[in-house]
Amino acid sequence: MAEQPAFDVPELKPYPVIPKLVEDTMAHSQPFVAKSDFQEPLGFPGELVDDWQDVAVKKMGELTDRYRSLQVFLDSCVKCGACTDKCHYYLGTTDPKNMPVARQDLFRKVYRRYYTFAGKYMPWLVGAEDLTEEVLDDWYKYFHQCSQCRRCSVYCPYGIDTAEISMAAREVMDSIGKGQKYCNEIIGKVHTIGNNLGLPEPALLDTLEGLEEEVEEDTGVAVKFPLDQKGADILLVTPSADFFAEPHVDGLIGYAKVLHEAGLSWTLSSHASEAANFGMFIGSYENMRKVALRIREAALDLGVKRIVFGECGHAWRVAYSFLNTLAGPFDFLDPQYPVPQHICEVTHGLIQDGRLRLDKSQNDDMVLTYHDSCNVARASRMGDVPGGQFEIPRAIIRASCNHFYDMPADTVREATYCCGGGGGLLTDDLIELRVKGALPRMEALQQVVEDHGVTHMAAICAICKSQFAKVLTYYGFQMDQIVSVHQLVSNAIILTGSEQEKEAELSEAA
Amino acid sequence: MDAASLALTFLYYGATLVLVLGLALRIRRYATVPAPLKIPTTPAPTSRTGVVLRMIRELTLFESLFKSNKWIWLFGWMFHFGLLLVLLRHLRYFTDPVWGWVAFLQPYGKYASLMMVIGLLGLWFRRLAVDRVRYISALSDHLMLALLIAIGATGIAMTFAVGTDVVAVKAFFLGLMWFDWQTLPSDPLLYSHLILVALLMLVFPFSKLLHAPGVFFSPTRNQADNPREHRHVSAWALKLEKGNG
Repeated sequence: MAEQPAFDVPELKPYPVIPKLVEDTMAHSQPFVAKSDFQEPLGFPGELVDDWQDVAVKKMGELTDRYRSLQVFLDSCVKCGACTDKCHYYLGTTDPKNMPVARQDLFRKVYRRYYTFAGKYMPWLVGAEDLTEEVLDDWYKYFHQCSQCRRCSVYCPYGIDTAEISMAAREVMDSIGKGQKYCNEIIGKVHTIGNNLGLPEPALLDTLEGLEEEVEEDTGVAVKFPLDQKGADILLVTPSADFFAEPHVDGLIGYAKVLHEAGLSWTLSSHASEAANFGMFIGSYENMRKVALRIREAALDLGVKRIVFGECGHAWRVAYSFLNTLAGPFDFLDPQYPVPQHICEVTHGLIQDGRLRLDKSQNDDMVLTYHDSCNVARASRMGDVPGGQFEIPRAIIRASCNHFYDMPADTVREATYCCGGGGGLLTDDLIELRVKGALPRMEALQQVVEDHGVTHMAAICAICKSQFAKVLTYYGFQMDQIVSVHQLVSNAIILTGSEQEKEAELSEAA
Repeated sequence: MDAASLALTFLYYGATLVLVLGLALRIRRYATVPAPLKIPTTPAPTSRTGVVLRMIRELTLFESLFKSNKWIWLFGWMFHFGLLLVLLRHLRYFTDPVWGWVAFLQPYGKYASLMMVIGLLGLWFRRLAVDRVRYISALSDHLMLALLIAIGATGIAMTFAVGTDVVAVKAFFLGLMWFDWQTLPSDPLLYSHLILVALLMLVFPFSKLLHAPGVFFSPTRNQADNPREHRHVSAWALKLEKGNG
């Protein structure tokens, strides 16, 4: 284990158990509060405003006027309990406020107090409560223990999505000056520099040149990683972690090889050098739109015909589900292609058309499983048919590897567990939450490790990859057991004119 | 006409007014608050027809609940389907002559009341016995079950045990509908049943019973998965676009 944690790491059980609740086990967990430097550029007050109760209650009303989801979800819950054992944070922490309905109720009880007849006149009857300092504290803690993964929404008979409530709660908190440092600092960087990591254009260019050298050394083929190339056909927008984090960067190399081999002309953009859109995490339509508009601007400026997104979970949700709404219409792009496309859709299409040669044996040192990223699984699609978001990545893995096994059915596809670090929680000040929230996924992984000798887990989300690289070690796994899907493609692909092609021809001749 | 019948007459006019108006206002609110983003829980149908089928499955089979928890599903479905049959059976008190299919449902509707109450007892047992469900329950959640069970129990008692003058009851409700007020038999069980039902009608628009209209407006269930094909923009988002876009 990399370091001695200051908390107990949950034990991996041989089969999943619904734990007995234990109150307040995570009452100490909260992320750093954003300072005014990070609040004000996003249009939020720098610190807690004096009349915060009034402002917050008023903001609540504005949001229920703005979002049907919020209004209907606040009214409709019958407390049936269907969601209570569905959240990975509840399963990993046993804190009852991490049950989806209880998390919603932190917000709902205040809504009831100020906006419903029963709550105004009989608060004791319906569990309505004033917005006190304690309630605000609970909001800050527990709405930053929700990764907005939507697992609860699959199981709710009314489709109540806790993500919508936690986005609203975060927006209310931002509006009174109690924002989260991690998200708001990052959104600020996107607005000013162009990506979450604050990587300026020269550094980006340098990194990409380094990758070109590396690939040429490995394959003997001059695969390009173009930046800001006007007139390219495809604008590739990818999470900035792809530029240097492991195993993300191996995925980026995979995209580049695929696009090169298919003879497609493409470019990255320094203006839109980030696929992620943390505006969604804080529930701010305005910030989300501003971040999304960079992509439109880059597409127009570079004169591309298509937009393709790299491997990133919530980024794909914003791209697939919201980009057309936020930054469309995209009538200036080639109408033959959906806007936007996922890199997996592109690669899968090329494989189906027989335009890529893949040598599966190159991945024979691995036995793979696949982690469905929550926002891809439950908030987006790939391809033409519902569920393509499950089938297409698996088809790519199967085309690139000989050994693939799925994890148990109640932990994949629409029932997939969040990695534990999504929704703006991928920060070290929440490490205990992240480790505990990964428990259900770790148990599922453990099972296929035991049953099938799985050695590696592939994913298509920058957050999942970073999260697993960190938390795998707490559970006795190795950090490099998480891989990118396009890393597998990168290993298997036989580029025309490459060393690998010559070797393959030689071995065939022999 | 005695005082009790007169009181119940006005109680029912009041309760009907509150129920209909309250629900209408709430439904208007759900229909007019915009849904600015496409948020169906995927995989979701890509067409309108697909969405209609998904909603029908949710409403008749409780599909999502079935995926979630078989016990809640069983008790919840027993209660709701029982209630549906019971309500349909009660149409006989509001139409003269009784419609053929209502007459056909009569025996099923009678026994459905038992299924309904068993379902409710199962749900209440879970609410008390399962620590997670107990934790999320407010007083009103228990009282709602108590109210429904009391309605069911008084009804069952009249149907299967002591009986009441159903001809007079029918005359009373037809009288309400045609403003030709009639006297109710003075039967404490009947009074209790009717007062409890009126209470249910009165709390409906102010309680979690709003899940009934709410489910039709849930964007995660009623939206088609087609954001790339059709641009979806709400009125306020469009204003935002015109403002600085």
